[in-house]
Amino acid sequence: MMFLNCQKPGLIKDPYIYKPDSIMLDLEDAVAENQKDAARYSLYHALQEIDYRGVERVVRINGLDTPHWKEDIRVCVAGGADTIRIAKTETAQDVKTVEEHVLAAEKEFGRPEGSTLLMAALESCKGVLNALEVCQSSDRLIGIALSGGDYTKDLQTTITGTGVELMGARQHMIMAARAAGVQCWDTVFTNLDDMEGFEKETRMIKMMGFDGKSLVNPRQIAIVHKIFTPSEKEIIFAEKVVREIDDKKAKGIGVFTVDGKMIDIAFYDGAKRTLAMAKAAGVYKGDL
Amino acid sequence: MQPPEKGLQTVNDHRRDYMEIKKTAMAGTLESSDAQVTVEPGDGTIELTIESSVIHQYGRQIRKVTLETLDRLGVDNAKVTIFDKGALDCTLKARVECAVYRSNGITENLPWGGVIK
Repeated sequence: MMFLNCQKPGLIKDPYIYKPDSIMLDLEDAVAENQKDAARYSLYHALQEIDYRGVERVVRINGLDTPHWKEDIRVCVAGGADTIRIAKTETAQDVKTVEEHVLAAEKEFGRPEGSTLLMAALESCKGVLNALEVCQSSDRLIGIALSGGDYTKDLQTTITGTGVELMGARQHMIMAARAAGVQCWDTVFTNLDDMEGFEKETRMIKMMGFDGKSLVNPRQIAIVHKIFTPSEKEIIFAEKVVREIDDKKAKGIGVFTVDGKMIDIAFYDGAKRTLAMAKAAGVYKGDL
Repeated sequence: MQPPEKGLQTVNDHRRDYMEIKKTAMAGTLESSDAQVTVEPGDGTIELTIESSVIHQYGRQIRKVTLETLDRLGVDNAKVTIFDKGALDCTLKARVECAVYRSNGITENLPWGGVIK
């Protein structure tokens, strides 16, 4: 998910050329306080007139503690944004409040009710601790995202580059998201001179279970795709696991080995997920 | 139907057919891919001035988009100055609309999909 400042026409006119999975058109922190209105006009026309070629269009709205969020919601829905990212989410009620206004906007602008999805950015200790209730707050909510800068400020520490300061929040959020059956995205990595550190962090959050990462520069996209796209070896193994489990189940066998590894039904969903991810990434054309 | 009295703005009224430029207002920047649009109270007509590095290729298009946008907003009396830096049509429309609504001090309950389209 690549962040783009709606205040800058040059940034939002053709980001699809970098092939991100999604773009996050920002009305919040990247936009100067006296340009909030200007950013909305740019956003509306970009959503209406630019063909983003299948890239999911997420819009980050201003927090509920600002005077901007209601008009942000109206323009997002009128423009046809795929998803609204709620900044500074702290409670389930925050999501419900946004949901009410999104529904009203869908009615006002003739959009199908329920068509605008939501995601919640958790940016404070309170928000992180309430992750589960946030994840369970709305049928529209597709996931939560960590906002590391504000979170570490609230935690009274800083981004160190080691990941130590974010470890608790990351672990807690991914568990909450999985418990609720929604997705979870990691925070941005802002040091563009440290691509090695970025790759290391991306590998770590993939291992932790995250579904993806927020990005601030197109240079980071290929690295995330490389890490999150299943390798050929992983795809072949996942295929074997799925086929063997299906075959052995019919024969009444619960536990067996594939390539020397003990396999049972517990591996089934993971293997299917690997294949689904590979299909989505365009590297698997099989029939499983 | 009687046209709305000048100066009376009901921003939710998508049928509004007139908008007054009440004060000078500006939107946009001189950055690449942007356009800086200034609107000022007019002398009874639209007076449009365009400066662009691509005036020979796109001058007519810039003029057309600007006049269509002003017409849609119901603006028929304004001095409009545009410094274009290679803005797409969608950016130009956004900057004209923003300048016009700023001149009226309106930032909320905007007619998205109505006269803004």
